[in-house]
Amino acid sequence: MEKMPHWADIVLIPLISLVLSALLSALVILAIGENPWTAFKLMVDGALMRSSGWGYTLYYATNFIFTGLAVSVAFHARMFNIGGEGQAMLGGLGVALACLYIPWPHWSLAILGASAGAAIFGAFWALIPAYLQAKRGSHVVITTIMFNFIAAALLNYVLVSLLRPRGSMDPASAKFPEATHLPTFRDMFSTADNILFRGAPANVSFFIALAACVLVWFLIWRTKLGYEIRAFGHSESGAKYAGISPVRITVISMLISGALAGMMAINTTMGESERLVLNFTEGAGFIGIAVALMGRSHPFGVFLAAILFGFLYQGGAELALWTDIPRELIVVIQALVILFTGALDNMVRMPLEKMFLALRKGDA
Amino acid sequence: MDFLSLVQLLDTTVRLATPLLLACLAGLYSERAGIFDIGLEGKMLAAAFFSAAFAYTTGSVWLGLLAGVGVSLLLSGIHGLASITFRGNQLISGLAITMLASGMTVLIAQDWFKQGGRTPQLEGAARFEPITLPFAEALKDVPILGPVYQELISGHPILVYIAFALVPLTWWVLYRTRFGLRLRAVGENPASVDTAGVSVVGLRFAAVMICGVLCGLAGAYLATALQAGFVKDMTAGRGYIALAALIFAKWRPWYALWATLLFGLFQALELRPDLIETVIGIKVQGQLLGALPYILTVVILAGFVGKAIPPRAGGEPYVKER
Repeated sequence: MEKMPHWADIVLIPLISLVLSALLSALVILAIGENPWTAFKLMVDGALMRSSGWGYTLYYATNFIFTGLAVSVAFHARMFNIGGEGQAMLGGLGVALACLYIPWPHWSLAILGASAGAAIFGAFWALIPAYLQAKRGSHVVITTIMFNFIAAALLNYVLVSLLRPRGSMDPASAKFPEATHLPTFRDMFSTADNILFRGAPANVSFFIALAACVLVWFLIWRTKLGYEIRAFGHSESGAKYAGISPVRITVISMLISGALAGMMAINTTMGESERLVLNFTEGAGFIGIAVALMGRSHPFGVFLAAILFGFLYQGGAELALWTDIPRELIVVIQALVILFTGALDNMVRMPLEKMFLALRKGDA
Repeated sequence: MDFLSLVQLLDTTVRLATPLLLACLAGLYSERAGIFDIGLEGKMLAAAFFSAAFAYTTGSVWLGLLAGVGVSLLLSGIHGLASITFRGNQLISGLAITMLASGMTVLIAQDWFKQGGRTPQLEGAARFEPITLPFAEALKDVPILGPVYQELISGHPILVYIAFALVPLTWWVLYRTRFGLRLRAVGENPASVDTAGVSVVGLRFAAVMICGVLCGLAGAYLATALQAGFVKDMTAGRGYIALAALIFAKWRPWYALWATLLFGLFQALELRPDLIETVIGIKVQGQLLGALPYILTVVILAGFVGKAIPPRAGGEPYVKER
């Protein structure tokens, strides 16, 4: 018998964790002498009440959908891919190479090519940790952490020594050609007398992120491979007994995970900066962990959680602009969400389970 | 490369290896007891900020050290609560603690000192000053040994000597005391320890708390001895390098010393790229040196050069049979 109804598990527990994180964050804001309610209203005003605010919120959300899906796919195979950051950096390299060295006739073709480049490079960066986990039993968390740092050093080297245009001091690649520039929301949704999403970086890759959500859902719940991944995640020995190869599932799910994390770069590198810059990931790989935990590893949950974190990011930027609250408040909120939904899950779950059991006894 | 610059290079190595060594030993206690800790970085960072902030405010570096250790212990307590009491995921908890520290330190620093997330420069008694060992000046002119004694061995802050003394102490505690035997057992086979009537929860909490104290020392060293004050994200991945060193050392104290000295040497060489060029005649990229600890660790993990086998019960919450 289930200890509590399914809806409580997927809706109530994340909500309670979110409320706990929000309360603690409110205390932090109080402690530094600001009013939490005004701060919250500022965030809502800046992120949701104007189309340009939405343009930023959805831009950040696009990144978090990709990295959140990446972490989720690995979670389904009971692996913790903490290397989204490094895989996204390599993805950026894939995007840059595809955009700089292939003469694309039109952005619609360029985005397909760049997505492929991002996915291949990201997947490649996940391949070695996956192989070591599958064949050598070295823990994928440790190797992906190491690969984050190796990726940062590699990106630094490539940008400073190889891709930097002659005479430029900036550690960044050359500007991508005009034909690869992606249409922004402003280009797509504005009419002549009503300009929407002014100056906001949200672009067409948001829809690719939505497509990725649907594809991941289809993969995990509607295909044989997805079934095998979930079976492996529930019980490795059971999966083995059913003839599922642990090596194959480990490697394939990490490859998918790495590819998704890498694809984040089409949004930032191709859609926003239109060149490869240092630190373009801005910790999105780690936010993916919070998003996946919050969204219970389901693509729809990931979508909602990504929007929430997009709102927090844009709202946080507004706060830093108008008050004395630094942007780092968002990092604190993010840490609290990860702490409550991930590590202290049982703290929220145990009393709830007791409550539901008591309720059920009352009915009987 | 002349003799003096070699001695200076090794001197820098020792200074840079010290925080790695302290954090590595911290991780060693925790992981030997079966609690993975990827939050070393966060605890160091929080300790670095609080030690610098308290040292600046009170003017006493020792009060600063106390505050640093205190906050590191608090974070250790959260990690223990999440991973021992509530049997949560230890890796997720460690990550959350690191993020919490990286956000909170800047938030508090900005509110406290209003200098863009840093503390003011520490001076005088608010810093750990180098200690000159006896006869260092007198022996300076003795060939070879003189400069080695004066430059390399003498003239470090007290925390450096504490860190190095902790290596034999850790070895002794782990391999020669009853507590150490139980600590290692609880990381390999907690059920057996439980059967013997010793509290698994108690032992693991003790290990996590020792880890907190050592991370506190590491952070305080960074902000009050190696540098004079706290700056945003000043640990710069040292917690993860310490983690790498721990794997490199195969979870053993003496190897931890050699591993952290090696990684400290890489960091020292990164500061002096000219030295490598004069010795081997090839220009080595600074980024490569920075990434070497991680690359070496992956190679070790891959099992090509000896196999690193972690404590068997590492990462697994212990559930008592009923």
